[in-house]
Amino acid sequence: MVELTRRATFSASHFYWNDAWTAEKNEHVFGRCANRNGHGHNYTLEVTVAGEPDPVTGFVVDLKWLKDVIEREVLAAYDHRHLNLEVPEFKSAIPTTENIAIAAWKRLAPALGPAGHARLKRIRVYETPEIFAEYRGEA
Amino acid sequence: MTAYFGRRYTLSASHRLHADALSADENRAAYGKCNNPHGHGHNYVIEVLTRGAVDPETGMAIDLVKLDEAVRTKVLDRFDHVNLNLDPLFVERVPTTENLCKVVFGILENALPKGRLESVRVEETENNFFQCWEVEDDFVALERAIA
Repeated sequence: MVELTRRATFSASHFYWNDAWTAEKNEHVFGRCANRNGHGHNYTLEVTVAGEPDPVTGFVVDLKWLKDVIEREVLAAYDHRHLNLEVPEFKSAIPTTENIAIAAWKRLAPALGPAGHARLKRIRVYETPEIFAEYRGEA
Repeated sequence: MTAYFGRRYTLSASHRLHADALSADENRAAYGKCNNPHGHGHNYVIEVLTRGAVDPETGMAIDLVKLDEAVRTKVLDRFDHVNLNLDPLFVERVPTTENLCKVVFGILENALPKGRLESVRVEETENNFFQCWEVEDDFVALERAIA
């Protein structure tokens, strides 16, 4: 089994806000992230797939194909967007780094089906070089 | 849904790799320039990976403020800008980065709510790093015994 990881970057704005809470509670829990005017990050997305290298090509998956899938399914929707206002899944879920990792998994898992014997193993999203979240498809 | 949340911290410390059970020659052979009697130092990166169910109300898997507090009080305050060899946990344990990784894992496993620590990764330089997912030693009992 070999794991293969492709890295991509996108820049987006967001804010943290739970509509069910008062403004005071939102500001207490989320601090500066609750500023409704938003703020932004340069995100790094790491997509890891796992499988055996194909005996003919030596590839787990074709990296160019994987790059195109990531660009089409995730970057086209997230890059240079306001996540809360322009991305459907964040109308109901707060665009925390954890939720972005889960959402990117949901966007990529069906599209990576044609990868044959390789499967999506892990999504890691860096919000800054020091902060990241990971989703491995667990319930 | 279970997600993982990671945070990277830095600390600077000195150490000397030297095993009392080995002769001077054996120590030099095993540890090379890391056996220099006066020690040397590193800017370590401590990468803490936690796991938890994403809270639907906050979208978060762990309280970052509490994580920062635990790492600061239990790890950074203790090991930043010190000589690791002088810490009680390294009296009988050579402060290799493997052992630093295990010690930090053991300390944080006890400091964080049960089952929330996934792994600890320690980068000694940009070119080498160590990761640990479990430790056999009971660091709470060890610290009590040392105290």
